[in-house]
Amino acid sequence: MSTVDTTSAEQPRATPLQLLRRIATAPAVGPLIALLLTMAFFSLKSDRFLQTQNLSLVLQQVMVVGVLAIGQTFVILTAGIDLSCGTVMAFGQIVMTKLAVASGVPPLQALLLGILACVGFGMLNGSLVAGLRLPAFIVTLGTLNIAFALTHIVSNDLTFSGLPSELLFFGRTFTLGGADFTYGVVMMLVLYALAWFGLSQTAWGRHVYAVGDNPEAARLTGINTRRVLFSVYTLAGLTYGIAALLLVGRTELGDPNAGQTTENLDAITAVVLGGTSLFGGRGTVIGTLIGAVIVGVFRNGLTLIGVEVIYQYLVTGILVILAVAVDQLTHRRRL
Amino acid sequence: MSGRQPIFEAHGLVKRYGQVVALDGADFDLFPDEILAIIGDNGAGKSTLIKALSGALQPDEGEIRLDGKQVHFRSPRDARRAGIETVYQDLAVAPALDIASNIFLGREARRRGPLGLALRILDKRAMRREAARHFADLKIGVQSMAQPVENLSGGQRQGVAVARAAKWAQRLAIMDEPTAALGVKETRQVLDLIRRVRDRGLPVILISHDMPHVFELADRIQIMRLGRRVAVVTPHTHTMPEAVAIMTGATKSELDRTLVRDTPRESQ
Repeated sequence: MSTVDTTSAEQPRATPLQLLRRIATAPAVGPLIALLLTMAFFSLKSDRFLQTQNLSLVLQQVMVVGVLAIGQTFVILTAGIDLSCGTVMAFGQIVMTKLAVASGVPPLQALLLGILACVGFGMLNGSLVAGLRLPAFIVTLGTLNIAFALTHIVSNDLTFSGLPSELLFFGRTFTLGGADFTYGVVMMLVLYALAWFGLSQTAWGRHVYAVGDNPEAARLTGINTRRVLFSVYTLAGLTYGIAALLLVGRTELGDPNAGQTTENLDAITAVVLGGTSLFGGRGTVIGTLIGAVIVGVFRNGLTLIGVEVIYQYLVTGILVILAVAVDQLTHRRRL
Repeated sequence: MSGRQPIFEAHGLVKRYGQVVALDGADFDLFPDEILAIIGDNGAGKSTLIKALSGALQPDEGEIRLDGKQVHFRSPRDARRAGIETVYQDLAVAPALDIASNIFLGREARRRGPLGLALRILDKRAMRREAARHFADLKIGVQSMAQPVENLSGGQRQGVAVARAAKWAQRLAIMDEPTAALGVKETRQVLDLIRRVRDRGLPVILISHDMPHVFELADRIQIMRLGRRVAVVTPHTHTMPEAVAIMTGATKSELDRTLVRDTPRESQ
């Protein structure tokens, strides 16, 4: 103890071996390898898989779950879970489409109100989890059902079509290098960049990790853990609102049955596949992005090789349990 | 008796929980540059006293003075703002975060200029540099400030907690059973570190069950019994068995007789 060795802050220049080790243990490498293996598998099974048009389709299919998974990552980093993400998005989607189509609200206002509805749900989740200290699992299971019910009550089980162009912007495509991209995919990447920035470059991000890692230590160092939790659920609500907008852009509908089956589990699966620990405090949004693409590749690939939809549920279910098992075995608390 | 003023003191603290009286008019004082150990049997009021001093609870009666001025800590945050840092036995660090992040947790340094002001970007390099300098000052040897705390040994982790307290404590540090969760060798590391913290001019309140450590480290020892301070002794005036006898009530101590008002290092 009494000897001072290299306490210099400057990292000593890494040898190639150290560099290799650092790369191999970087948080997103495992998910990346999993993604490459998955893609290799499906490209062997189907000639169409690696075609540019198909890959850009995968990205378009990923964008909604990908954005939901950003909010989900925030929540899971704090050792919480948000089961309501899919139905809250569905509710936001119905609010914005119904207001724009049936209630004659100007499109941009309708859009904003739809997003605000999701933010409202985020704040509700946040107040219950942070303020009343209720378990996130139960709170969001409750709001899942509330959002589900409200979606059907507000929509009267009607589907809204003939949407104004403002609501469809993110479904529009542009061509880049022979592939079609939607503006929604660009939006998703921008949101990932923002989330990365917030989590890794700001004090707020540090506090999110600390609250998930050791909430008691975070509180004792003077972090307002309730405020951090509230901000996390509120921001998650915001991402669900934006996901709702992307969903509307993609489907060109306000559909009361959208977003209520696969999106919830897919978003959580994406986060866990991306290497974020359900115990909180560990993980990255870059990993989540890769995880979301893995989920998208699975759904797309299974469809391409002719696996029925119901078996896709089966595979996703197994996948998420496998990912959680890996998380358990590698991240088991050492303190 | 010297004319030195206590930096931190409490008089007549009372704390009741229903029928149970945890503190029954307890007194306390801490002088500059000393390690004051607080010992007592289970239920003697040690933890309650410490919680009152660190803002974790509010006493029903009595007063607490910092630099002679009365203070009312409504939360640990208040105490921290007043310059009092506390180290807990259960390793209050965030294991997945790196050392520098733990040292600066809740007090992150931001970049200068527009990047820091508008985007609130962290200055990670400055935090690592500063943490490394601080660790070198305290002679804590670790490889890199960028490694996660969970890669450290238990002693080094508690070293991080002590270093954090030493860095931010303007007035004094409270160490609540800091070695209770550690092995023999690691305990030694942390005890040496606490002594270095004191030597750098930060007074320390040490709560410990371990008599040999208390007698090795403390300048003065406050003995608690039945919610009161029954004696203040020094390792020079009393032996360990004598202190234990006072602690358990086997020896009735006349408070004024055993009260040592000055630090022995000063009086020698």
